[in-house]
Amino acid sequence: MNIGVLALQGAFREHRLMLEKCGVGAPEIRRPEELDAVAGLIIPGGESTTIGKLMVEWGLMEKVKSRAAEGMAVYGTCAGMILLAREIADSDQPRLGLMDARVRRNAFGRQRESFEADLHVKELGAGPVKAIFIRAPYIEAAGPDVSVMAAVGEHIVIARQGKLLASAFHPELTEDDRLHRYFIAMASGQA
Amino acid sequence: MEQGTFRVKAGLAEMLKGGVIMDVTTPEQAKIAEEAGACAVMALERVPADIRAAGGVARMADPSVVLRIMDAVSIPVMAKARIGHFVEAQILEELGADYIDESEVLTPADDKFHINKQDFKVPFVCGARNLGEALRRIGEGAAMIRTKGEPGTGNVVEAVKHIRLVMSELRLLNNLPDDEVPAFAKNIGAPLELVWETKKLGRLPVVNFAAGGIATPADAALMMQLGCDGIFVGSGIFKANDPARRAKAIVAATTYYNDPKVLAEVSKDLGEAMVGIEIASIAPHERMQERGW
Repeated sequence: MNIGVLALQGAFREHRLMLEKCGVGAPEIRRPEELDAVAGLIIPGGESTTIGKLMVEWGLMEKVKSRAAEGMAVYGTCAGMILLAREIADSDQPRLGLMDARVRRNAFGRQRESFEADLHVKELGAGPVKAIFIRAPYIEAAGPDVSVMAAVGEHIVIARQGKLLASAFHPELTEDDRLHRYFIAMASGQA
Repeated sequence: MEQGTFRVKAGLAEMLKGGVIMDVTTPEQAKIAEEAGACAVMALERVPADIRAAGGVARMADPSVVLRIMDAVSIPVMAKARIGHFVEAQILEELGADYIDESEVLTPADDKFHINKQDFKVPFVCGARNLGEALRRIGEGAAMIRTKGEPGTGNVVEAVKHIRLVMSELRLLNNLPDDEVPAFAKNIGAPLELVWETKKLGRLPVVNFAAGGIATPADAALMMQLGCDGIFVGSGIFKANDPARRAKAIVAATTYYNDPKVLAEVSKDLGEAMVGIEIASIAPHERMQERGW
């Protein structure tokens, strides 16, 4: 099975290494036609404005939407979470708008306020997830079809809606591959 | 909950990869950069070409310049402190700058020592011309490295020299038998533990960007093909004739650096690039890359 990694800007190398460790192919996606050969897509952390503009300019925005409508799974980390959301607080930047959620950018503050924390995500089993938040967003409101998997205080930091997964933090910067395995199972219809 | 860990500091640099960080001196320029797709901006009072032309002592920007730029954009904002000037760095951290560039573009404040970057929650980027210099900076706490190049010249030759040297030293290290590694570390003046870590990873332990002389989309793609993780453009954008268009083209060239068809397309009709300076015409003691120890 192939899970593509959107490689326009950001930490796409780390996602590829993680997916390869999990035993799936991880092609870099820079062109619309490359999406035809993948069962899932990871949108990495990076700058959501940069990635969004490049997606529009190079024909990826519409193509990702149509592939998602056909059943391709999509996992967005950080910038990817922002791009997945239907609403972005105080911003009209380009987005996919697939997930029924309102996100807030840089919601925990600037880089000075970036942090690591242990999260409990019951879908991933007993041990805590070491979650790294970098100028991270959170979901401040979610629709009825969105299931919340974990929060920091009141703020939703990982959520799922059908075949869409969004996390405000970066599992690809750790050794913990449980979230990638969970997404691979989602993409293959087993979770 | 832990803040300011090395993983959080180096993590932001990971998120900047494949992107372009642009020097800006006003909120208006910062907006043009963000609109063109910059992944971050560097807030300055003057771009390196103007610092070079003005001469005298170049210092940290006025805090109000940095704050106005932070207000204008949603992307990360970096700012420069003088080499060794840890109080300028304390001020920039207090302002909330997202990254501090301990930069040879400004006049060094200490002729022997760099800032102890481990003391800060905010991450630092530093320039390096070779592997030893890069690992010394990482040893001091830098979470991101860039080539020095020769800032403010619009001439990419020195940045090419620096990335080629780093990549060549990395290849050498990767092929070295273990018993020769300690002497290698001594010879390049790098901390032994970081040399071992580099050998284990097969690459630098932090992200390495290109900087110092990048003026065209082709320059950006050249540096990416030579192994850089992303691009700083200092004077190259706002000293050119059509900054918005050139900025957008350099962003596209950094993403599609391996695709000559895209590179040909985005390089068209950009207007005049900045006027460049031949390196040989700059006296060795006036070369900014010689600053840093």
